[in-house]
Amino acid sequence: MLEVRNLQVSVEGKAILRGIDLAVNAGEVHAIMGPNGSGKSTLAQVLAGRESFTVTGGGVRYLSRDLLAMAPEERAREGVFLAFQYPVEVPGVSNVYLLKAAINSLRKHRGLPELDAIEFLGLVREKMTLMDMADEMIYRSVNEGFSGGEKKRNEILQMAVLEPKLAILDETDSGLDIDALKVVARGINALRSAERAIILVTHYQRILNYVAPDFVHVLSQGRIVRSGPRELALELEQRGYGWLEEAAPTSPLGASAK
Amino acid sequence: MTSTDRILADFIRAAPLLPGAGVAWLTRARQAGLERFAQTGFPTPRDEEWKYTSVASIEKRSFTPLPNGAHAAPPELNALAFPHFPGHCVVFVNGRYSPALSAVGLLPPGVALESVADTLERAPDALEPLFAADNRETVFGALNTAFMADGLYLYLPRATTIEEPIHLYFVVTNKNAAIHPRNVIVAEEGARATVVEHYAGTHGVAYLTNAVTRIFAGEQAAVDHYKLQQEALQAFHVAGIHATQDRGSRLWSHSISLGAEIARNDISTTFDAEGCEATLNGLYLARGRQHVDHHTRIDHAKPGGTSREYYRGLLDGASRGVFNGKVIVHPQAQRTDARQLNHNLLLSKDAEVDTKPQLEIYADDVKCTHGATVGQLDDAQLLYLRSRGVDEAVARSLLVYAFARDVIERIRVGALRSRLEEMLLARLPQGERVRALA
Repeated sequence: MLEVRNLQVSVEGKAILRGIDLAVNAGEVHAIMGPNGSGKSTLAQVLAGRESFTVTGGGVRYLSRDLLAMAPEERAREGVFLAFQYPVEVPGVSNVYLLKAAINSLRKHRGLPELDAIEFLGLVREKMTLMDMADEMIYRSVNEGFSGGEKKRNEILQMAVLEPKLAILDETDSGLDIDALKVVARGINALRSAERAIILVTHYQRILNYVAPDFVHVLSQGRIVRSGPRELALELEQRGYGWLEEAAPTSPLGASAK
Repeated sequence: MTSTDRILADFIRAAPLLPGAGVAWLTRARQAGLERFAQTGFPTPRDEEWKYTSVASIEKRSFTPLPNGAHAAPPELNALAFPHFPGHCVVFVNGRYSPALSAVGLLPPGVALESVADTLERAPDALEPLFAADNRETVFGALNTAFMADGLYLYLPRATTIEEPIHLYFVVTNKNAAIHPRNVIVAEEGARATVVEHYAGTHGVAYLTNAVTRIFAGEQAAVDHYKLQQEALQAFHVAGIHATQDRGSRLWSHSISLGAEIARNDISTTFDAEGCEATLNGLYLARGRQHVDHHTRIDHAKPGGTSREYYRGLLDGASRGVFNGKVIVHPQAQRTDARQLNHNLLLSKDAEVDTKPQLEIYADDVKCTHGATVGQLDDAQLLYLRSRGVDEAVARSLLVYAFARDVIERIRVGALRSRLEEMLLARLPQGERVRALA
C-alpha cells in the first residue's frame, strides 16, 4: 500500500530525513519509534502533505501513485489520514462543519452521494460514543479550548468517521492519561482491518500494550536503524534508544539521544 | 474657487430651503457649523486624526446638497431591493423622508418616531438641546449641522420599550448629491430600543453621505444601534455616531462597513455617570481600492464603567483599512473595566491596514486591555482542513467565513444577522460550498 524509498527531507536547509525505506501493506500495523528529534514527526507530516518541508531525494508511492505529487486534500480523498501531534485549533469552524465538509468531499471523490443530515449525524454520534465524547463537542469550534486529551480524541473521532485506508498517528498517545489512552486505543483498534494499514508514530511503547503492532521500526537521526517484531518495542522500553544510536553504522555523531 | 468657497456658496443657496429655515436656534447652529468648517476646511493627512484617510477626492468632487431631496423613479428604488425586515421601517430617499415607502407600526404612548424635518416644522424647540455642538464631532459633523435636512427623531419616554427593531433606510439615487442625514435618539430612564441604520445607493452612482447620529441614553436605558453601510462603490460615506450615557445605561453599537469607495466612521460614547456599559462591535469588508476607516472613542468619565470593543476587518485587493480605537479613562473613573480587540485578515499582498489602539488612563484602579493583530490566513489551519479532504479553495472560504462570522454572530437582530451571513457567503469564492455545511 505504501512504499517509502530512500526518502530525504530537509527543513529550512537542514537534513531531517536522510534516506528512509519503509513498506507498509494493507492489514498491517507499523510502529515507528525513536527519540525526540529523530525525524518521526517530519516523516508523518511529509506523508500528509505539509509543504514547508523540502523533499530532496527518494520518493513515496501510495496505492501505486506518487504520493508526494498529490495535494494534501487529494491524499485525504485517496484514504490517507494523519492524526496530528498538535491538532490545530480552528476558531469559528465547528467540528460538525469540518466533519461534514470532509466526509462529503471523500464521498464525492468515491462517486457516492452526499450524506443527508440524519445519516451524517447518525454516523457522527455512533463514532462519538466509541470515543466517549459528549454530543456538544461537535458544535464547538475545531479543537478550540479543548484539553490535550480532547484534541487527541477528536483526531481519532475524525479518523473513525473518515475510515481511511492508511492512518498515520503522530504521537497520538503523548500526554494522555491511562483512561484516555484506552479510549484512543479502542478507536484505533476499531479501525483495524485487513484492508487498512496503520502507522503509529510514538515515543513510548505504552500505547503498543493496547494496539499491538506487527512491526516496529526505530528511527534515529533521520534513518531507520532497526526494524523488528513487536518485541523490539519492549527491548527499547528496557534499554532506551542509546544503544541503537551507538550501533547506527552511518551515524556521524554517535549517540545523541535527548 | 476653493472648496471652502464652494461650500459657502452652496450654503447661501441651500439655507433658505432647508427644513427649519425660520427657526432661530437652528439658523445659529447651522451658521456656527459652517464657520467651524470655514476655519479649517476639509481635513488633510497632516491632521493626526486623518493621517491615513485622505478626503481629497471628496473635496474635489463638488457634491451638491439637495435641500429638498430629489425624486427617485421607482425602478431605481426597486433596483436597490429593499430588504424586508420585521419591525418599523423609515425610508429616506435622497436625504428626505418618504412617507409612501415607510411603514411604522403601533407605538407605545408618548413615543415620537418621526422625520426630523417634520419635527422642525411641528415642535422645533424639542430638538434644540439635542443639536448642541459636540466637541467629539469632526469637521464633517459641523458640515452636517450646517446642511442637515432630515433624519430620524426617536424619543422614548421613561420605561418605554420598543420591541421591534426600527429600521432606517437611507437611499441615494442622485448623482453628485451630498446628503447630510441627522438622526437623534433619546431614550429616557429605563427605555429600550433597537435602531438599524442602513445606507445604500444606486449602483454606479457617485455621491456623498455625511451622516450624524446622536444617542442620549438615560439612566438604565438600553440602546442597540446598528449601522449597515452598503453604499454604492463609487460613493463616499462619512458618519459620526456620538452617544452620551447616563447612570447604568447600556449602549450596543455595531458598525458593518461593506460599501463606498471611502468610508470614515467616528463612533464615540461618553460615560457621564456611574456604572455605564458600552459594547462597540464592528466588521469591515473591503476589496478593490476601497478604503474604510473606523475611529472610535470611549470616554470613561465616571467610575464603574465597562466597555468592550471588538472590531474585525477583512481586506482584499488593494484595499486599505484603518482602525483607531481610543479609550480614555478619566481621573475619577475608578473601577473601569475596558477591553479592546481589533483583528485584521489580509487576503492579498496589496491590502493594507493601519491599526492603532490608544489607551489613555488617568485613574489607578482600572482593568484595561487591548490587542490588535494583522495577519493572513493561517497555513497550519489551511493544511489541517485540507488534510481532511477539504479543497484548498473551500478551506480558504471557510476560514474567512469563520473570521467574519465571529462579529456577525454578535448581532442581535436575527433578520439582519441572517442577511449579513448571506451577503458574506455571496462574496466568498466558495460561498455555496460553505453554505452547504451549515
